[in-house]
Amino acid sequence: MFFKLTPTTGQPLYLQLMQQIRHAAESGALQDGDQLPGIRTLAEELVVSPNTVVKAYSELEHEGLLELRQGSGAFVTVKRRARSRTDDVHEARRRVGELIHALREEGLREDEIRRVFEAELLHATEVVRR
Amino acid sequence: MMTDIPVIQTTYLSKSYGSVEAVRGVNLSVRPHQITAFLGLNGAGKSTTIKMLLGMIEPSSGEGKVLGKRIADPAESVELRRKIAYVSENKRLYDYMTVEQIIRFTRSFYTDWRPDVEQQLLRSYELPLKRSIKSLSKGMRTKVALLLALARRPELLILDEPSEGLDPIGIEQMLESLVAQCGEGTTVFFSSHQIPEVERIADNVCMIHRGRLVIDASLDDMRQSYRQIDLTFSSLPEEKELRLAGVESIRTSGRQMRVFVSRNAEVVVERARDLHASSVEVASVGLREIFLETVKES
Repeated sequence: MFFKLTPTTGQPLYLQLMQQIRHAAESGALQDGDQLPGIRTLAEELVVSPNTVVKAYSELEHEGLLELRQGSGAFVTVKRRARSRTDDVHEARRRVGELIHALREEGLREDEIRRVFEAELLHATEVVRR
Repeated sequence: MMTDIPVIQTTYLSKSYGSVEAVRGVNLSVRPHQITAFLGLNGAGKSTTIKMLLGMIEPSSGEGKVLGKRIADPAESVELRRKIAYVSENKRLYDYMTVEQIIRFTRSFYTDWRPDVEQQLLRSYELPLKRSIKSLSKGMRTKVALLLALARRPELLILDEPSEGLDPIGIEQMLESLVAQCGEGTTVFFSSHQIPEVERIADNVCMIHRGRLVIDASLDDMRQSYRQIDLTFSSLPEEKELRLAGVESIRTSGRQMRVFVSRNAEVVVERARDLHASSVEVASVGLREIFLETVKES
């Protein structure tokens, strides 16, 4: 796994790490049962405080994406359960919310974000129609 | 084991040299098992504070405890120094020894010495064993000093400007070593005026300016709460309208205002909307901006 943390942005490092692990699980780069590097190993690799990794792992365990096993480390648990539509929409809302937050952080304005979303949706519909 | 009793705690710690107040009423609180950076300009009082923590100079007033020992008590401070590994600002070493000799010499004093780490650092730092300390470059001397401190497993590691004299690769190796030490449970307290290195590895930042502690916060909290808010008005309100809690500074230029906040950005944005701002832009700020802004204001 490759992670890249940016210390100079206004987002805590543990949140950046959480998002990247989540994204890796969503994109399939990390799959159910995969093991993540140990806390010290990852901290040394990224050259960040081990506490950053501890916080990210434990928050993700709380969310149910990781399982921490005594003595053997952190494992990904992506459940392929049949989710209800409401759950899907709920999850989608969370992800969109996060994305919008991130875009705002990067200095994009409300109307710019809206235009980007609309343009992309339009583009996607066109692709589907073909 | 994971207690939250501060490893370093000072109350109104001060040091004056004649009429010069080098350190003024510093209340430090350094949490265990974390990396805390002691950030400040050259001459801000970092080294003086560190030397007081180590019992090397006596405070003019105030007091402090490190690992539960009183720093001003000579007997306790001697005991204390055995539990701390310290890399001094000038990396003073025994000049007449060779690298090999000074390692062997230091090793004989500490029961917590780790030959594996010694070997690993010798390799990655590429230290010449047979050369005398006297003949080494500044960067090499720094690396020797780091090795002597890092090859132990102290409860507390204090470093005064550890990156001084190191090239970019050396700095990277040093940061990796600090992270590794923290991963083994050592509390790391290091002074620096190099913002990029602090920003990368620190859990907490204590910022000192002209002898005073001006910021003591978690770096992740700072990332989340400090913001620069640029406002445009068709008719500019008075600055006092925006002087809300958390506002550190306001600058005005033409019809624009730049508000720097340490917290409550959303409250300021709301107030700006009430004042009919025609444009509101919120930007996150890095440690560099926070540092410069704080130094300017205080």
